[in-house]
Amino acid sequence: METIHTDVLVIGGGLAGLRAGLAARKRGQQVIILSLVPPKRSHSAAAQGGMQASLGNAARGGGDNEDVHFEDTVRGSDWGNDQEVARMFVHTAPKAVRELAAWGVPWNRVQQGPHAVVMDGQRVTLTESAAAHGLITARDFGGTKKWRTCYVSDGTGHAMLYAVSDQTIAAGIPVHERMEAVALIHDGGRCYGAIVRNLIDGRLLAYVARATCIATGGFGRIYQSTTNAVINEGIGAAIALETGVVPLGNMEAVQFHPTAIFPAGILVTEGCRGDGGLLRDVDGHRFMPDYEPEKKELASRDVVSRRMEAHIRSGKGVASRYGPHLWLDITLLGAAHIEHKLREVKEICHYFLGIDPARQWIPVRPAQHYSMGGIRTDAHGQAYGLRGLFACGEAACWDLHGFNRLGGNSVAETVVAGMIVGEAIADFCASPDGDMQVSTALVRETWAKASAEFSAIADNRSSEDANQLLRRMQTLMSEQVGIVRQGDQLAAAVAELEQLIQRCRQVGLRTTRAGANPELTTAWRLQRMLKLAQCVAYGALQRTESRGAHFREDYPRRNDAEWLKRTLATWPDGEPTRPRLDYEALDVARMELPPGWRGYGARDAIEHPATALRQAEIEAIRASLGNADRHAVQQALMPYRHLLPPHLRGLNARIGEER
Amino acid sequence: MIPLLRRRPTAGQPRRLTLSILRCNPADPASVPHLQDYELDEADGMTLFIALNDIRAHQDGSLQFDFVCRAGICGSCAMLINGRPGLACRTLTRDLGDHITLAPLPYFELIGDLSVNTGKWMRGTSERLQTWIHSTTPVDLDALEARMEPAEAEAIYELDRCIECGCCIAGCGTAQMREGFVGAVGLNKIARFRLDPRDQRSDADFYELIGDDDGVFGCMSLLGCHDLCPKQLPLQTQIAFLRRKMAALGLR
Repeated sequence: METIHTDVLVIGGGLAGLRAGLAARKRGQQVIILSLVPPKRSHSAAAQGGMQASLGNAARGGGDNEDVHFEDTVRGSDWGNDQEVARMFVHTAPKAVRELAAWGVPWNRVQQGPHAVVMDGQRVTLTESAAAHGLITARDFGGTKKWRTCYVSDGTGHAMLYAVSDQTIAAGIPVHERMEAVALIHDGGRCYGAIVRNLIDGRLLAYVARATCIATGGFGRIYQSTTNAVINEGIGAAIALETGVVPLGNMEAVQFHPTAIFPAGILVTEGCRGDGGLLRDVDGHRFMPDYEPEKKELASRDVVSRRMEAHIRSGKGVASRYGPHLWLDITLLGAAHIEHKLREVKEICHYFLGIDPARQWIPVRPAQHYSMGGIRTDAHGQAYGLRGLFACGEAACWDLHGFNRLGGNSVAETVVAGMIVGEAIADFCASPDGDMQVSTALVRETWAKASAEFSAIADNRSSEDANQLLRRMQTLMSEQVGIVRQGDQLAAAVAELEQLIQRCRQVGLRTTRAGANPELTTAWRLQRMLKLAQCVAYGALQRTESRGAHFREDYPRRNDAEWLKRTLATWPDGEPTRPRLDYEALDVARMELPPGWRGYGARDAIEHPATALRQAEIEAIRASLGNADRHAVQQALMPYRHLLPPHLRGLNARIGEER
Repeated sequence: MIPLLRRRPTAGQPRRLTLSILRCNPADPASVPHLQDYELDEADGMTLFIALNDIRAHQDGSLQFDFVCRAGICGSCAMLINGRPGLACRTLTRDLGDHITLAPLPYFELIGDLSVNTGKWMRGTSERLQTWIHSTTPVDLDALEARMEPAEAEAIYELDRCIECGCCIAGCGTAQMREGFVGAVGLNKIARFRLDPRDQRSDADFYELIGDDDGVFGCMSLLGCHDLCPKQLPLQTQIAFLRRKMAALGLR
């Protein structure tokens, strides 16, 4: 057994992991980053449309600030998120964009003077101010009051990932590529690193670390139809679940993106609609204004996806051999706009559909897109249950997004959380908490247990086929634990997943191959993915309300009175086929923005008894402060700045708003 | 420009495709490179991503290949498709004949079958060419960002679109002869940082990095890179431009 020692082990080489590693390295910690693939190939690169940050430079972003971004994010989450975390996030996002600008991200810039845009199907002229010329511009995205999404054409994630990855190279941080963490080394109270499988030669190594950070992204691949990359199998969250003591938060909160090309499931950015694209049905009718007269195509993703599915079910879908779909029409944006601002969309349409989106409509249907749930952490990214274990990015339930995240908030979360959690990791390592005494017996035993798991599969010649079980799980999740959920179907899904979990323990291989056999890799991962799927399905079954992306046909109202709480799923050793669910209440009395109507979607929530009280309290605080500036009011309502690292606490400059 | 699709009529029975895949497992000392044939029925809209996964799921679980985004943006799946470097994920089988030959990209370290270690090479090249913004100006995270002309930002993005897939290296005559050659991917990165006003390096600094036969003077202008680049980067003009700048500096 080869053992590698480091201060900080970051599992995952996407934007969140790289940025967290960089923060810890800059504080003098020794950092090693593990990545399934070369880091620049991470799924972060697939973020097309942009990153939200309230710079307020663009004409339609005028008047934007942290307060507006905060409210949009909380409404988007359907009041399921952690409002302190949302505050930390919206405050840090402008700093993150500016840091990335200094690192070379070629953000699109404001061009002063008039320019034509498409809004609500009409061509209109906007005039950009001379004062903003050359500053970072923004486009419109769903669920936002202002144009706030900073972008680099439609390759934003790519440009960000390359800039941050290049910074880690400049900082000399080693990235051990083609490495998969397969078990956490822990004693039930503290984490000491991970057992890691080399995906080239198949060997298992031990990485012993004072702090371990999981940043492995989402788990979209438990669904059949997903925009996620093939590496988004949720193994980081799964190995945390395997500890039996680390809970996964809100696993039932799964986002479906309205515009995945049909049937391939490849994403076309929300920027298509933000820039003026329309959704049309079989008759060519623009149907979203019928359902959402205010936000139309730019309501939040959960609402648009649900309206689309409902419209298809009303018989207005376009029939095809793969099933019904709808149309995304961006022809009205014009060829020049598409060539400059939506070029990845153009390429995707060309290569995968054989169409020119400047002239033809794009067939789309919602597909799984984002995992709001993940490893439950506190505001500093410290995981619940194990000291020395941190998580950030999509793998975590930090809980910025609650039950629905806004477009442009996740790629922003990766770098913002990386900046904040990376500092917390450095603080941890620099404090006595970061000291550790690890037993070599514990490391050896964890290694031996992982090794035995692989051998058990590799040596099994039973006819139970991992690929078949995998496909069944994916179909089941898409059909029964999808956009529209229903108690009977969820119960059936939970029961079938229990069977699949039993069966997957018997999986055997049909091939042998020296090194890392892909068939073995698939079979091993399947066992973990099924447990994640069960956390999603069981959590969805138990949550008898509708909130954000979790929509129960049999419980269509948001129920704050009973369900203003976060699901925590743990999988103790004794539980064969289901997780244990606990709930963590969200405290209305501490909210800056108590629950209300989102401004789109249904308006029929069952109120929490504390909401009216808190609302009155907030009004009293506001009244007592009179003309105090917005920062002072905010501070009085819900202090959060103490949660940030000191160097991230400063106020953000904007044109027209002096510091 | 994006090349036009060669469409075929899709009526009637699905075609029976034969994929001849070059197989080799360096982890197995007994493994000898050989072509192995797999047959499968073509489906509507089938890409090589779909075809290879179908083979791995139903015929041979040990087949090694790399895909990540499967949408043509991450650069993982470059391979030789009928002898020509390209991205497998966005190659439609309908644009190919009934018999398709797949082989790993040459030049890079072989991991197994169609999987090669482009990541290791790209990291090494990044370290060698120092492909990051070099600036001594401290960043004030609270202040307004430095301004940049909109057209300048777009011009930088044009060169920033490289996905490090390795097609340019696999199609490069010089790289076949000169192991240390940085290739179009490396030269394009230098062109990108040279264009960026935030990078404070001078041409003399860049000359130190690429002013030799492993750099811009090694290029024989065969320009396979330009023809093969899946992102249609303007490699021909960038390399020519860099060579002129570097030659002028070298002659000084």
